[in-house]
Amino acid sequence: MSVGDLTILVDDVPRRVPAGTTVAVALLQLGITEFRRDLSGRPRGPLCAMGSCFECRVTIDGVADVRACLTVVQDGMRVERVR
Amino acid sequence: MSGHRRVDIVVVGAGPAGLAAATTAAAGGRRVLVIDQALRTGGQVWRHRSEATLPKRARESMARAQSAGVTFALDAQVVDANSPHELIVDFRGRMARVGTEALILATGAKERFLPFPGWTLPGVTGIGGLQALVKSGLRLPGRRVVLAGTGPLLLPVAATLAASGAEVLLVAEQAGGARVLRFALSLLGSPHKLLEGLRYRSAFLSTPYRTAAWVTRADGTSQLRTVTVHERGEQRTIECDWLGAAMGLVPNTELAQLLGCAVRDGAIVVGEAQETSVPGVWAAGECTGVKGDDASIAEGVIAGGAAGGERHRVHRAAVRARASGRRFAKRMDETFALRPEVRALADADTIVCRCEDVTRGQLDPAWSQRQAKLWARLGMGACQGAVCGPACAAMFGWGDNAPRPPLQAPLLGPWGDALSGEGQEPPRNS
Repeated sequence: MSVGDLTILVDDVPRRVPAGTTVAVALLQLGITEFRRDLSGRPRGPLCAMGSCFECRVTIDGVADVRACLTVVQDGMRVERVR
Repeated sequence: MSGHRRVDIVVVGAGPAGLAAATTAAAGGRRVLVIDQALRTGGQVWRHRSEATLPKRARESMARAQSAGVTFALDAQVVDANSPHELIVDFRGRMARVGTEALILATGAKERFLPFPGWTLPGVTGIGGLQALVKSGLRLPGRRVVLAGTGPLLLPVAATLAASGAEVLLVAEQAGGARVLRFALSLLGSPHKLLEGLRYRSAFLSTPYRTAAWVTRADGTSQLRTVTVHERGEQRTIECDWLGAAMGLVPNTELAQLLGCAVRDGAIVVGEAQETSVPGVWAAGECTGVKGDDASIAEGVIAGGAAGGERHRVHRAAVRARASGRRFAKRMDETFALRPEVRALADADTIVCRCEDVTRGQLDPAWSQRQAKLWARLGMGACQGAVCGPACAAMFGWGDNAPRPPLQAPLLGPWGDALSGEGQEPPRNS
Protein backbone atom coordinates (compact mmCIF):
# COMPACT_ATOMS: atom_id res chain seq x y z
CA MET A 1 0.00 0.00 0.00
CA SER A 2 1.24 3.45 -0.86
CA VAL A 3 1.88 5.88 1.96
CA GLY A 4 1.75 9.65 2.24
CA ASP A 5 -0.78 12.12 0.99
CA LEU A 6 -2.36 12.85 -2.36
CA THR A 7 -4.61 15.55 -3.75
CA ILE A 8 -8.25 15.16 -4.68
CA LEU A 9 -10.67 17.85 -5.87
CA VAL A 10 -13.71 18.13 -3.64
CA ASP A 11 -16.31 20.31 -5.38
CA ASP A 12 -13.43 21.80 -7.42
CA VAL A 13 -11.36 22.61 -4.31
CA PRO A 14 -7.98 20.81 -4.07
CA ARG A 15 -7.65 18.95 -0.75
CA ARG A 16 -4.80 16.84 0.64
CA VAL A 17 -5.97 13.45 1.88
CA PRO A 18 -4.18 10.30 3.09
CA ALA A 19 -3.44 7.73 0.40
CA GLY A 20 -4.99 4.29 0.68
CA THR A 21 -8.22 5.37 2.29
CA THR A 22 -11.74 5.50 0.88
CA VAL A 23 -13.41 8.62 -0.47
CA ALA A 24 -15.92 8.38 2.40
CA VAL A 25 -13.18 8.40 5.03
CA ALA A 26 -11.25 11.13 3.19
CA LEU A 27 -14.29 13.46 3.19
CA LEU A 28 -15.15 12.74 6.83
CA GLN A 29 -11.53 13.31 7.83
CA LEU A 30 -11.77 16.73 6.12
CA GLY A 31 -14.78 17.50 8.31
CA ILE A 32 -17.29 16.99 5.49
CA THR A 33 -20.29 15.08 6.81
CA GLU A 34 -22.84 16.07 4.16
CA PHE A 35 -22.37 13.83 1.10
CA ARG A 36 -25.69 14.46 -0.61
CA ARG A 37 -29.10 15.99 -0.01
CA ASP A 38 -32.39 14.15 0.10
CA LEU A 39 -35.46 15.00 -1.99
CA SER A 40 -36.38 17.78 0.47
CA GLY A 41 -32.86 19.21 0.57
CA ARG A 42 -31.88 17.80 3.96
CA PRO A 43 -28.27 16.63 4.38
CA ARG A 44 -27.28 12.97 4.30
CA GLY A 45 -24.02 11.18 5.01
CA PRO A 46 -22.66 7.63 5.21
CA LEU A 47 -24.80 5.10 7.10
CA CYS A 48 -23.74 1.48 6.54
CA ALA A 49 -20.21 2.13 5.19
CA MET A 50 -20.33 -1.34 3.59
CA GLY A 51 -21.87 -0.67 0.20
CA SER A 52 -25.51 -1.54 0.78
CA CYS A 53 -27.29 1.72 1.75
CA PHE A 54 -26.04 4.07 -1.02
CA GLU A 55 -26.28 7.09 1.34
CA CYS A 56 -22.65 8.05 0.64
CA ARG A 57 -23.14 8.31 -3.11
CA VAL A 58 -21.23 11.11 -4.82
CA THR A 59 -20.08 11.93 -8.35
CA ILE A 60 -16.52 10.72 -8.99
CA ASP A 61 -14.64 11.76 -12.14
CA GLY A 62 -17.97 12.62 -13.75
CA VAL A 63 -19.68 9.32 -12.90
CA ALA A 64 -22.80 9.88 -10.77
CA ASP A 65 -24.00 7.77 -7.83
CA VAL A 66 -20.69 6.16 -6.94
CA ARG A 67 -20.48 4.80 -3.41
CA ALA A 68 -17.78 6.74 -1.58
CA CYS A 69 -17.38 3.94 0.98
CA LEU A 70 -16.27 1.44 -1.68
CA THR A 71 -14.00 3.76 -3.66
CA VAL A 72 -10.32 4.29 -2.84
CA VAL A 73 -8.93 7.81 -3.34
CA GLN A 74 -6.61 8.37 -6.32
CA ASP A 75 -4.38 11.38 -6.97
CA GLY A 76 -6.29 13.97 -9.00
CA MET A 77 -9.68 12.33 -8.43
CA ARG A 78 -12.63 14.73 -8.83
CA VAL A 79 -15.30 14.27 -6.16
CA GLU A 80 -18.53 16.24 -6.43
CA ARG A 81 -21.33 16.15 -3.94
CA VAL A 82 -24.91 16.19 -5.20
CA ARG A 83 -26.45 19.41 -3.98
CA MET B 1 -20.85 -15.79 -27.01
CA SER B 2 -18.83 -12.63 -26.40
CA GLY B 3 -18.04 -11.54 -22.85
CA HIS B 4 -18.91 -14.98 -21.58
CA ARG B 5 -16.53 -16.68 -19.22
CA ARG B 6 -16.93 -20.20 -17.84
CA VAL B 7 -15.67 -21.61 -14.57
CA ASP B 8 -16.60 -24.68 -12.52
CA ILE B 9 -17.66 -22.86 -9.37
CA VAL B 10 -18.52 -19.24 -8.60
CA VAL B 11 -18.42 -18.12 -4.97
CA VAL B 12 -20.18 -14.83 -4.25
CA GLY B 13 -18.52 -13.18 -1.24
CA ALA B 14 -14.89 -13.21 -0.10
CA GLY B 15 -15.44 -13.23 3.66
CA PRO B 16 -14.51 -16.12 5.97
CA ALA B 17 -17.20 -18.48 4.58
CA GLY B 18 -16.52 -17.65 0.92
CA LEU B 19 -12.76 -18.07 1.31
CA ALA B 20 -13.22 -21.43 3.04
CA ALA B 21 -15.68 -22.62 0.39
CA ALA B 22 -13.46 -21.51 -2.49
CA THR B 23 -10.33 -23.08 -0.99
CA THR B 24 -12.05 -26.42 -0.34
CA ALA B 25 -13.50 -26.55 -3.84
CA ALA B 26 -10.26 -25.48 -5.53
CA ALA B 27 -8.28 -28.05 -3.52
CA GLY B 28 -10.48 -30.66 -5.18
CA GLY B 29 -9.24 -29.49 -8.57
CA ARG B 30 -12.12 -27.24 -9.60
CA ARG B 31 -11.70 -23.85 -11.30
CA VAL B 32 -13.10 -21.39 -8.75
CA LEU B 33 -13.90 -17.69 -9.20
CA VAL B 34 -14.71 -15.58 -6.12
CA ILE B 35 -16.65 -12.36 -6.72
CA ASP B 36 -16.76 -9.59 -4.10
CA GLN B 37 -17.73 -5.92 -4.27
CA ALA B 38 -14.96 -4.87 -1.91
CA LEU B 39 -11.43 -4.06 -3.03
CA ARG B 40 -9.90 -6.62 -0.70
CA THR B 41 -10.77 -10.10 0.45
CA GLY B 42 -11.92 -10.74 4.01
CA GLY B 43 -15.47 -9.45 3.99
CA GLN B 44 -16.66 -7.26 6.85
CA VAL B 45 -15.20 -9.36 9.67
CA TRP B 46 -11.68 -9.32 8.22
CA ARG B 47 -11.86 -5.81 6.76
CA HIS B 48 -8.33 -4.40 6.59
CA ARG B 49 -6.09 -1.79 5.00
CA SER B 50 -2.98 -3.88 5.42
CA GLU B 51 -2.75 -7.64 5.91
CA ALA B 52 -0.28 -7.06 8.76
CA THR B 53 -3.16 -5.84 10.96
CA LEU B 54 -5.20 -9.01 10.46
CA PRO B 55 -5.45 -11.91 12.88
CA LYS B 56 -3.28 -14.90 11.95
CA ARG B 57 -6.33 -16.99 11.09
CA ALA B 58 -7.45 -14.45 8.48
CA ARG B 59 -4.01 -14.21 6.86
CA GLU B 60 -3.78 -17.99 6.70
CA SER B 61 -7.24 -18.28 5.19
CA MET B 62 -6.32 -15.79 2.46
CA ALA B 63 -2.99 -17.47 1.80
CA ARG B 64 -4.63 -20.90 1.51
CA ALA B 65 -7.09 -19.59 -1.08
CA GLN B 66 -4.24 -18.12 -3.12
CA SER B 67 -2.15 -21.29 -3.04
CA ALA B 68 -5.17 -23.45 -3.89
CA GLY B 69 -5.40 -21.48 -7.15
CA VAL B 70 -8.62 -19.56 -6.46
CA THR B 71 -9.20 -16.62 -8.82
CA PHE B 72 -10.62 -13.40 -7.42
CA ALA B 73 -12.73 -10.72 -9.09
CA LEU B 74 -12.78 -7.86 -6.58
CA ASP B 75 -14.58 -4.53 -6.95
CA ALA B 76 -17.22 -6.57 -8.82
CA GLN B 77 -20.81 -7.41 -8.11
CA VAL B 78 -23.48 -9.76 -9.34
CA VAL B 79 -26.36 -7.61 -10.59
CA ASP B 80 -28.56 -10.28 -12.15
CA ALA B 81 -28.77 -13.98 -12.90
CA ASN B 82 -30.31 -15.56 -15.98
CA SER B 83 -30.13 -18.87 -14.08
CA PRO B 84 -27.95 -20.32 -11.30
CA HIS B 85 -25.56 -21.19 -14.12
CA GLU B 86 -25.31 -17.76 -15.73
CA LEU B 87 -24.66 -14.61 -13.74
CA ILE B 88 -24.46 -11.05 -14.98
CA VAL B 89 -21.58 -9.36 -13.23
CA ASP B 90 -20.53 -5.72 -13.10
CA PHE B 91 -16.71 -5.75 -13.23
CA ARG B 92 -15.72 -2.17 -12.39
CA GLY B 93 -18.35 -0.73 -14.67
CA ARG B 94 -18.03 -3.39 -17.40
CA MET B 95 -20.72 -6.02 -17.66
CA ALA B 96 -20.02 -9.65 -18.41
CA ARG B 97 -21.79 -12.96 -18.21
CA VAL B 98 -20.19 -15.67 -16.12
CA GLY B 99 -21.18 -19.29 -16.70
CA THR B 100 -20.71 -21.80 -13.90
CA GLU B 101 -21.65 -25.36 -13.01
CA ALA B 102 -22.15 -24.59 -9.35
CA LEU B 103 -22.79 -21.46 -7.34
CA ILE B 104 -21.96 -20.89 -3.67
CA LEU B 105 -23.58 -17.90 -1.98
CA ALA B 106 -21.48 -16.49 0.85
CA THR B 107 -23.04 -13.05 0.81
CA GLY B 108 -22.76 -12.40 4.54
CA ALA B 109 -24.93 -10.12 6.61
CA LYS B 110 -25.65 -6.45 6.95
CA GLU B 111 -26.73 -4.29 9.85
CA ARG B 112 -30.40 -3.90 10.62
CA PHE B 113 -31.35 -0.24 10.90
CA LEU B 114 -34.58 0.67 12.66
CA PRO B 115 -35.94 4.17 12.01
CA PHE B 116 -36.15 6.72 14.82
CA PRO B 117 -36.58 10.50 14.63
CA GLY B 118 -33.30 12.03 13.41
CA TRP B 119 -31.71 8.82 12.11
CA THR B 120 -31.05 10.41 8.71
CA LEU B 121 -28.77 13.13 10.14
CA PRO B 122 -25.12 13.01 9.05
CA GLY B 123 -23.16 11.64 12.02
CA VAL B 124 -25.64 8.81 12.58
CA THR B 125 -24.12 5.61 11.19
CA GLY B 126 -24.29 1.91 11.80
CA ILE B 127 -22.29 0.34 14.61
CA GLY B 128 -20.36 -1.97 12.32
CA GLY B 129 -20.54 0.97 9.89
CA LEU B 130 -18.63 3.26 12.23
CA GLN B 131 -16.15 0.46 12.86
CA ALA B 132 -15.73 -0.02 9.10
CA LEU B 133 -14.97 3.69 8.67
CA VAL B 134 -12.35 3.53 11.44
CA LYS B 135 -10.83 0.37 9.94
CA SER B 136 -10.65 2.25 6.63
CA GLY B 137 -8.66 5.03 8.27
CA LEU B 138 -11.10 7.43 9.98
CA ARG B 139 -9.57 8.83 13.14
CA LEU B 140 -11.77 10.13 15.92
CA PRO B 141 -9.47 11.83 18.44
CA GLY B 142 -11.56 13.31 21.23
CA ARG B 143 -14.78 12.74 19.30
CA ARG B 144 -17.76 11.94 21.50
CA VAL B 145 -19.50 8.75 20.43
CA VAL B 146 -22.64 6.97 21.59
CA LEU B 147 -23.28 3.38 20.51
CA ALA B 148 -26.83 2.07 20.68
CA GLY B 149 -27.88 -1.35 19.51
CA THR B 150 -27.94 -4.97 20.56
CA GLY B 151 -25.74 -8.03 20.65
CA PRO B 152 -22.10 -8.91 21.04
CA LEU B 153 -20.88 -6.56 18.26
CA LEU B 154 -21.23 -3.56 20.59
CA LEU B 155 -18.23 -4.57 22.69
CA PRO B 156 -15.52 -4.97 20.02
CA VAL B 157 -16.71 -1.82 18.25
CA ALA B 158 -16.53 0.22 21.46
CA ALA B 159 -12.99 -1.11 21.93
CA THR B 160 -11.99 -0.21 18.34
CA LEU B 161 -13.37 3.33 18.72
CA ALA B 162 -11.71 3.86 22.09
CA ALA B 163 -8.42 2.71 20.56
CA SER B 164 -8.84 5.27 17.75
CA GLY B 165 -9.03 8.05 20.32
CA ALA B 166 -12.79 8.46 20.53
CA GLU B 167 -14.50 9.23 23.80
CA VAL B 168 -17.20 6.57 24.00
CA LEU B 169 -19.80 8.24 26.22
CA LEU B 170 -22.27 5.39 26.39
CA VAL B 171 -22.89 1.89 25.06
CA ALA B 172 -26.65 1.27 25.13
CA GLU B 173 -27.83 -2.36 24.85
CA GLN B 174 -31.56 -2.71 24.29
CA ALA B 175 -31.76 -6.20 25.83
CA GLY B 176 -32.49 -6.43 29.55
CA GLY B 177 -29.70 -6.93 32.09
CA ALA B 178 -30.88 -10.34 33.33
CA ARG B 179 -30.87 -11.75 29.80
CA VAL B 180 -27.44 -10.34 29.03
CA LEU B 181 -26.06 -11.76 32.28
CA ARG B 182 -27.52 -15.21 31.51
CA PHE B 183 -25.95 -15.03 28.07
CA ALA B 184 -22.56 -14.08 29.52
CA LEU B 185 -22.76 -16.98 32.00
CA SER B 186 -23.68 -19.39 29.21
CA LEU B 187 -20.37 -18.48 27.57
CA LEU B 188 -18.61 -20.31 30.43
CA GLY B 189 -19.16 -23.34 28.20
CA SER B 190 -17.09 -21.69 25.43
CA PRO B 191 -14.21 -20.04 27.30
CA HIS B 192 -12.58 -18.46 24.23
CA LYS B 193 -15.73 -16.45 23.52
CA LEU B 194 -15.95 -15.36 27.17
CA LEU B 195 -12.29 -14.31 27.18
CA GLU B 196 -12.84 -12.37 23.99
CA GLY B 197 -15.76 -10.52 25.59
CA LEU B 198 -13.77 -9.76 28.74
CA ARG B 199 -10.85 -8.46 26.71
CA TYR B 200 -13.14 -6.08 24.83
CA ARG B 201 -14.85 -5.00 28.03
CA SER B 202 -11.52 -4.23 29.69
CA ALA B 203 -10.53 -2.09 26.70
CA PHE B 204 -13.18 0.47 27.62
CA LEU B 205 -13.87 -0.16 31.29
CA SER B 206 -14.44 3.53 31.97
CA THR B 207 -17.31 3.57 29.44
CA PRO B 208 -20.83 3.14 30.80
CA TYR B 209 -22.40 -0.04 29.38
CA ARG B 210 -26.15 0.10 30.00
CA THR B 211 -28.64 -2.67 29.42
CA ALA B 212 -32.36 -2.04 28.79
CA ALA B 213 -31.29 1.25 27.16
CA TRP B 214 -31.88 2.59 23.66
CA VAL B 215 -31.80 5.82 21.67
CA THR B 216 -35.23 7.36 21.06
CA ARG B 217 -34.19 10.31 18.89
CA ALA B 218 -31.27 12.22 17.42
CA ASP B 219 -31.25 15.98 16.89
CA GLY B 220 -29.21 18.53 14.98
CA THR B 221 -29.62 20.80 11.96
CA SER B 222 -26.95 19.98 9.39
CA GLN B 223 -25.47 17.18 11.48
CA LEU B 224 -25.86 15.26 14.70
CA ARG B 225 -25.68 17.33 17.91
CA THR B 226 -27.55 15.35 20.57
CA VAL B 227 -29.11 11.97 21.16
CA THR B 228 -31.89 11.17 23.60
CA VAL B 229 -31.52 7.90 25.45
CA HIS B 230 -34.22 5.91 27.19
CA GLU B 231 -32.79 4.21 30.23
CA ARG B 232 -34.78 2.51 32.97
CA GLY B 233 -37.89 4.53 32.41
CA GLU B 234 -36.13 7.88 32.07
CA GLN B 235 -35.04 9.97 29.10
CA ARG B 236 -31.81 11.89 29.04
CA THR B 237 -30.13 13.91 26.31
CA ILE B 238 -26.42 13.58 25.54
CA GLU B 239 -24.32 15.88 23.33
CA CYS B 240 -22.18 13.88 20.92
CA ASP B 241 -20.47 13.95 17.50
CA TRP B 242 -21.26 10.42 16.32
CA LEU B 243 -23.99 7.91 17.00
CA GLY B 244 -23.52 4.30 15.95
CA ALA B 245 -27.01 2.84 15.88
CA ALA B 246 -28.12 -0.53 14.52
CA MET B 247 -30.16 -3.43 15.84
CA GLY B 248 -28.13 -6.54 15.13
CA LEU B 249 -27.37 -8.18 11.81
CA VAL B 250 -29.58 -9.61 9.08
CA PRO B 251 -28.52 -12.08 6.37
CA ASN B 252 -27.99 -10.78 2.83
CA THR B 253 -30.48 -12.83 0.84
CA GLU B 254 -31.13 -10.63 -2.23
CA LEU B 255 -29.24 -12.80 -4.75
CA ALA B 256 -30.62 -16.02 -3.22
CA GLN B 257 -34.17 -14.70 -3.57
CA LEU B 258 -33.54 -13.61 -7.12
CA LEU B 259 -32.48 -17.19 -7.90
CA GLY B 260 -35.59 -18.55 -6.21
CA CYS B 261 -33.86 -20.08 -3.18
CA ALA B 262 -36.18 -20.63 -0.20
CA VAL B 263 -35.70 -18.06 2.57
CA ARG B 264 -37.16 -18.51 6.07
CA ASP B 265 -37.06 -15.97 8.91
CA GLY B 266 -34.82 -13.79 6.76
CA ALA B 267 -32.14 -16.45 6.19
CA ILE B 268 -31.37 -18.76 3.25
CA VAL B 269 -32.67 -22.28 3.97
CA VAL B 270 -29.95 -24.94 3.63
CA GLY B 271 -29.71 -28.70 4.11
CA GLU B 272 -26.98 -30.96 5.56
CA ALA B 273 -24.53 -30.22 2.73
CA GLN B 274 -25.38 -26.47 2.76
CA GLU B 275 -27.44 -26.99 -0.38
CA THR B 276 -30.25 -24.49 -1.00
CA SER B 277 -33.69 -25.35 -2.38
CA VAL B 278 -32.41 -24.62 -5.91
CA PRO B 279 -30.27 -27.37 -7.50
CA GLY B 280 -26.73 -26.20 -8.23
CA VAL B 281 -26.80 -23.49 -5.54
CA TRP B 282 -25.18 -23.82 -2.11
CA ALA B 283 -24.99 -21.20 0.66
CA ALA B 284 -22.59 -20.73 3.58
CA GLY B 285 -21.91 -18.30 6.38
CA GLU B 286 -24.00 -15.48 7.81
CA CYS B 287 -26.37 -15.43 4.82
CA THR B 288 -27.85 -18.69 6.15
CA GLY B 289 -28.29 -17.17 9.62
CA VAL B 290 -26.02 -15.02 11.76
CA LYS B 291 -23.81 -17.32 13.83
CA GLY B 292 -20.22 -16.02 13.98
CA ASP B 293 -17.04 -16.76 12.02
CA ASP B 294 -16.22 -20.24 13.38
CA ALA B 295 -19.48 -21.72 12.14
CA SER B 296 -19.34 -19.62 8.95
CA ILE B 297 -15.95 -21.08 8.06
CA ALA B 298 -17.26 -24.56 8.84
CA GLU B 299 -20.24 -24.02 6.54
CA GLY B 300 -17.88 -22.78 3.84
CA VAL B 301 -15.80 -25.95 4.05
CA ILE B 302 -18.92 -28.14 3.85
CA ALA B 303 -20.42 -26.15 0.95
CA GLY B 304 -17.13 -26.03 -0.95
CA GLY B 305 -16.75 -29.79 -0.64
CA ALA B 306 -20.30 -30.53 -1.70
CA ALA B 307 -20.39 -28.05 -4.60
CA GLY B 308 -16.98 -29.33 -5.71
CA GLY B 309 -18.42 -32.80 -6.16
CA GLU B 310 -17.08 -34.61 -3.10
CA ARG B 311 -19.45 -37.50 -2.72
CA HIS B 312 -18.15 -39.54 0.18
CA ARG B 313 -16.02 -37.24 2.27
CA VAL B 314 -17.49 -35.99 5.54
CA HIS B 315 -15.85 -32.93 7.10
CA ARG B 316 -16.43 -34.11 10.67
CA ALA B 317 -14.73 -31.19 12.43
CA ALA B 318 -16.67 -28.72 10.30
CA VAL B 319 -19.98 -30.47 11.01
CA ARG B 320 -19.26 -30.24 14.75
CA ALA B 321 -18.25 -26.56 14.53
CA ARG B 322 -21.40 -25.82 12.56
CA ALA B 323 -23.62 -27.48 15.18
CA SER B 324 -21.97 -25.59 18.01
CA GLY B 325 -22.21 -22.31 16.10
CA ARG B 326 -25.90 -22.83 15.51
CA ARG B 327 -26.51 -23.47 19.22
CA PHE B 328 -24.64 -20.26 19.99
CA ALA B 329 -26.73 -18.40 17.42
CA LYS B 330 -29.94 -19.61 19.02
CA ARG B 331 -28.83 -18.32 22.43
CA MET B 332 -27.90 -14.99 20.85
CA ASP B 333 -31.27 -14.68 19.15
CA GLU B 334 -33.10 -15.35 22.42
CA THR B 335 -30.92 -12.97 24.42
CA PHE B 336 -30.96 -10.09 21.99
CA ALA B 337 -34.53 -10.36 20.69
CA LEU B 338 -35.80 -6.89 19.81
CA ARG B 339 -38.13 -5.34 22.37
CA PRO B 340 -41.37 -3.86 21.01
CA GLU B 341 -40.34 -0.31 21.97
CA VAL B 342 -37.39 -0.19 19.55
CA ARG B 343 -39.60 -1.38 16.70
CA ALA B 344 -41.94 1.56 17.22
CA LEU B 345 -39.64 4.58 17.58
CA ALA B 346 -40.53 6.22 14.25
CA ASP B 347 -43.12 9.00 14.42
CA ALA B 348 -45.32 10.08 11.50
CA ASP B 349 -42.61 12.36 10.05
CA THR B 350 -39.74 9.88 10.42
CA ILE B 351 -38.33 8.73 7.09
CA VAL B 352 -38.49 4.96 6.67
CA CYS B 353 -37.27 4.61 3.04
CA ARG B 354 -34.18 6.80 2.95
CA CYS B 355 -33.82 6.71 -0.84
CA GLU B 356 -37.34 7.86 -1.71
CA ASP B 357 -38.01 9.86 1.50
CA VAL B 358 -41.09 7.81 2.40
CA THR B 359 -42.20 8.60 5.95
CA ARG B 360 -43.80 6.33 8.55
CA GLY B 361 -46.99 8.38 8.22
CA GLN B 362 -47.29 7.44 4.53
CA LEU B 363 -47.27 3.73 5.33
CA ASP B 364 -50.10 1.53 6.52
CA PRO B 365 -48.90 -1.46 8.58
CA ALA B 366 -51.75 -3.49 7.06
CA TRP B 367 -49.98 -3.32 3.68
CA SER B 368 -47.32 -5.70 2.42
CA GLN B 369 -43.86 -4.58 1.33
CA ARG B 370 -45.01 -4.97 -2.26
CA GLN B 371 -48.04 -2.77 -1.72
CA ALA B 372 -45.84 -0.15 -0.05
CA LYS B 373 -43.58 -0.31 -3.09
CA LEU B 374 -46.46 0.18 -5.51
CA TRP B 375 -48.33 2.82 -3.54
CA ALA B 376 -45.64 4.78 -1.71
CA ARG B 377 -42.42 4.05 -3.68
CA LEU B 378 -40.90 2.39 -0.60
CA GLY B 379 -37.73 0.50 -1.56
CA MET B 380 -37.71 1.83 -5.12
CA GLY B 381 -34.49 3.84 -4.80
CA ALA B 382 -30.78 3.24 -5.10
CA CYS B 383 -30.50 0.67 -2.30
CA GLN B 384 -33.45 -1.38 -3.60
CA GLY B 385 -34.89 -1.92 -0.12
CA ALA B 386 -31.65 -3.09 1.51
CA VAL B 387 -32.29 -0.74 4.44
CA CYS B 388 -36.08 -0.35 4.60
CA GLY B 389 -36.83 -4.04 3.87
CA PRO B 390 -35.41 -5.40 7.12
CA ALA B 391 -36.74 -2.30 8.93
CA CYS B 392 -40.31 -2.90 7.76
CA ALA B 393 -39.99 -6.61 8.55
CA ALA B 394 -39.19 -5.63 12.16
CA MET B 395 -41.72 -2.77 12.38
CA PHE B 396 -44.71 -4.29 10.59
CA GLY B 397 -43.87 -7.96 10.12
CA TRP B 398 -43.70 -7.54 6.33
CA GLY B 399 -41.89 -10.50 4.88
CA ASP B 400 -42.05 -10.14 1.14
CA ASN B 401 -39.05 -7.98 0.31
CA ALA B 402 -38.20 -10.09 -2.74
CA PRO B 403 -35.83 -8.18 -4.99
CA ARG B 404 -36.03 -7.60 -8.71
CA PRO B 405 -33.07 -7.18 -11.02
CA PRO B 406 -30.85 -5.25 -11.19
CA LEU B 407 -29.85 -6.01 -7.60
CA GLN B 408 -27.96 -2.75 -7.38
CA ALA B 409 -28.24 0.10 -9.79
CA PRO B 410 -25.45 -0.38 -12.34
CA LEU B 411 -24.39 2.25 -14.81
CA LEU B 412 -26.84 2.32 -17.69
CA GLY B 413 -24.21 2.03 -20.45
CA PRO B 414 -22.73 -1.28 -19.30
CA TRP B 415 -26.22 -2.58 -18.48
CA GLY B 416 -27.27 -2.02 -22.07
CA ASP B 417 -24.11 -3.78 -23.26
CA ALA B 418 -24.93 -6.82 -21.15
CA LEU B 419 -28.48 -7.01 -22.43
CA SER B 420 -27.32 -6.76 -26.03
CA GLY B 421 -24.65 -9.43 -25.50
CA GLU B 422 -21.79 -6.96 -25.96
CA GLY B 423 -20.39 -7.45 -22.45
CA GLN B 424 -16.65 -7.48 -21.95
CA GLU B 425 -14.42 -10.32 -20.94
CA PRO B 426 -13.98 -10.05 -17.18
CA PRO B 427 -10.49 -9.55 -15.78
CA ARG B 428 -8.82 -12.89 -15.09
CA ASN B 429 -7.31 -11.73 -11.86
CA SER B 430 -7.52 -8.84 -9.49
